[in-house]
Order: sequence, then structure tokens, then C-alpha cells
Amino acid sequence: MVTNLLTDYWPILVLLLVSLGFAGIAMGGGLLLGPRRSSARKQEAYESGMRAIGPGTRQMPVRFYLVAVLFILFDIEVIFFLPWAVVFRQYYENGLGAFILLEMLVFIVILLVGYAYAWKKGALEWE
Amino acid sequence: MNETLLLIIEWTIKGGLLAFGLATGFAYTTFYERKWAARLQIRIGPNRTGPGGWLQPAADGLKLFFKEEFTPANAYKFAFNLAPVLTMVPAIVIMAVIPWGTQIDFFGRIIPLGISNELNVGVLFLLSVASVSVYGIVLAGWSSNNKYAMLGGLRSTAQMISYELALGLSFIGPIMLAGSLNMAEIIRAQQQGVWYVVYLPLAAVVFYIAALAEVNRSPFDMPEAEQELTAGYHTEYSGMKFSLFFMGEYIKMIAVSAICATLFFGGFDGPFVNTYPLLGPLYLGIKIFISLGLMIWIRATMPRLRYDRLMAFGWKVMLPLSLFNVVWAAAVIVFFNVR
Repeated sequence: MVTNLLTDYWPILVLLLVSLGFAGIAMGGGLLLGPRRSSARKQEAYESGMRAIGPGTRQMPVRFYLVAVLFILFDIEVIFFLPWAVVFRQYYENGLGAFILLEMLVFIVILLVGYAYAWKKGALEWE
Repeated sequence: MNETLLLIIEWTIKGGLLAFGLATGFAYTTFYERKWAARLQIRIGPNRTGPGGWLQPAADGLKLFFKEEFTPANAYKFAFNLAPVLTMVPAIVIMAVIPWGTQIDFFGRIIPLGISNELNVGVLFLLSVASVSVYGIVLAGWSSNNKYAMLGGLRSTAQMISYELALGLSFIGPIMLAGSLNMAEIIRAQQQGVWYVVYLPLAAVVFYIAALAEVNRSPFDMPEAEQELTAGYHTEYSGMKFSLFFMGEYIKMIAVSAICATLFFGGFDGPFVNTYPLLGPLYLGIKIFISLGLMIWIRATMPRLRYDRLMAFGWKVMLPLSLFNVVWAAAVIVFFNVR
């Protein structure tokens, strides 16, 4: 079986185009076949039948911004895990199992310290 | 040149088959959900359209085609129209790396069953494409210029940042056992040994819960909580644009079921699959069917979580559990000497 860049990535591009076409047909068909009756009331934002009060997008207190920052940190850590996970078996079978396991345990422990600190500081709570 | 043309035709046919299969699968998943949830609640469910209600999805689809495509005056038009596409397309593209089987001999031509089975960064591809479809939801929430939609989009973001970590970390176990990011390789490793759910039962459970949150299924359907937010991020959508969101959600359900089957339940693996490769898609289909049934069962049984509890559960329970899973997978390799 030939595995190279071409046979791996081009089919995905083709699938992307096919699914874009699919979405295009669906939206185009809906535009062609559906009725169009507009009115001033209908054009307003839906607010359970009331007149919309103020703009729809306004400044909102995003309570979880601290969690979002933590997410970025931990997500990068997940990416760090991946290459380690791929080579773990190779290292283990070559007798370097203890080394690679310890390396990762150190990494996990450092992470857990940060995690415990964030938890204790209340970054995961809603005030 | 001739070979290139043939390859392009092959990919287009396979892509078309997959998209068509997923669209049909989506239609009948809605039917499955209505029937099965009805049974669980001691009702009958749709039974009027066609024999036993089997034409219900077709009727629903046709109806949506003839509904008005409506764009509110205050919406940000470009983003408003882009959002449904951005939700639906990644849902289909995720399926590109899921193998449906080994390969078949089609009049002397070897055709691998699957779009890109042997992609060497398959799992990474899954993670990245799965995150793209969240953009569609957030964009829909923002561009609708509607308070309910905005809140739905924000909730979706919060949910994504709370559960994506557990999702990503629960992938690590199968990767370590197989020693590869290649989906076909992960299945081959399971065919030689046992399905990874035996070694990593906890990782499978963590994956399933995180996947439910990722596809906004109950009990994690906060972004579209009907009782609080009307319809959440797709409040202002109608007609085909609404159905693209709907389709995206259900195709994502199918996709995470397929991923779960591939990573933990051997994918297309089953009896005689190496002799008759065409059994592969059937086995995968059966596994997806069971997983979808479980999702519907959970929806019919569980109440919705409160928003802050949901985030706390993601960060305080799921994340430590999934970190523990990584260590567990290493221990499985070292102590049980797998494979």
C-alpha cells in the first residue's frame, strides 16, 4: 500500500469539496424553493414575542475568561502528550521504559501543581 | 495521468457515498431518536407517514426545503450565512480518517475502504477538525444579533473549553497502546490483540462523556436548552440553514460514535472481516447504531446539568480522571506487557 502525502491528504480535500457542494445545494435549494414574505415585525430579533430591547450583541460579563486561559495552557499540554504517547512503546521495548515514564511523570506532577494552585485560588469557581 | 484521473474519480465517488450515507444516517438517526425515546417514555412515536412511520425523515426533509430562508435585518449577513456551513462541513470531514474496512478488490483495482485511513496524524486530525465546528456555533450565536443566540454561543464556548481537554487526553491511551496516531494502525493493533476497551475501560467512559459534551447532547445540551434559551444559537435560523445545524449535530453524533468504535471497540473489526472485507462497514454500522442508542437513552433519562456544575464537572472530575488514564495506560503497557 502506497502511503504518501498525495494519497493521504488529497482525498480529504475532495471530501471537503463534496461536503461544501452538499451544503451549497441544500442552502441554494432552500433559497429557490422557499417563499419570501417579509415584514418589519418579522425582521426584528426574536425575544419571546416582545419588542426586542436594546442590541442583541452587547458587552457581556464572560465569567469563564480565567478558565479559558487555563484551557489554552492545558490544551498545549495535551499536544505535548501526543508525541510522547506515540514513542512510549518503542522506548519501553528498547529498555528505556523507566526513563520515559519518569520523564512524563515529572511533567504531569509539574502540571498537577499548577492545577492544584489554580483550584485553590478559586479559578475554577464561579463567584 | 490516467491513474490520477482514476484516483480522483475514486475519491469523489467515495466522498459522495460518505456524504450521502451520512445524510441518510442523519435522517434516520432523527427517526431512531424519536422512536426509541418514545418507547422509553411509553409512547409510540411517529407512525403515520409511510408504513410504521418510516417515511417520516423524508417528509421532514422535504418540508424544510419549502420553508422560508429568513435572515433578520440586524444579523451580520455574511457570518450568519457562513455559520451553518461551518458547523456541518467539519462534521462530515471528521469522518475522513475513520476506516470502514480494509480494502476490496474492485475488478482488479485495489480500493481501500475509507477516505484516508492511513493518514499518519489521524487522531490529531480528528481533534483539530472537531474543534473547528465549534466556531460555527459561536459565530451563529454572535451573528444572529439576538440575546438568546448570543448566550447559546457563549455556553457552547464554555462547554468546549471544559471538555475538550478530557476528550484529547482520553485519546492518549489507545495511541500509547498502538504506538501510532494512524487510525488504521490502531485498528490493526486491536485486531491482533483485544479491543482497547478491555485495557482502558475508564478512558472509554471518559471519552464517551466528553464526546457527549462536545456534540452538545443531553445532559450537556446547554447551548440549545429549549426551556431557557428558546433554541439557543439557532434561534434565528429557519428552513435549510436550520436543518444544516441540525444535520451537523446529528452527523457529529454519528462521527463521535464512529471514533469511539474505532479507538475502543475495534472499529470495523468483527468475525470474518479479514475474509470478507465488505462486512467491515456493516460491523462499524452496528457499533455506531448501539452507541447512538445509548446517547438517545441518556437523553431520555437524564436531566440537564446546571451550567456552573457542568464546567466544574469538566474541570474537577473529568480532567483528573483523564490524567489518571494516561498513567494507567503506561502501567498497562509495563505490567501486562500488552501485545
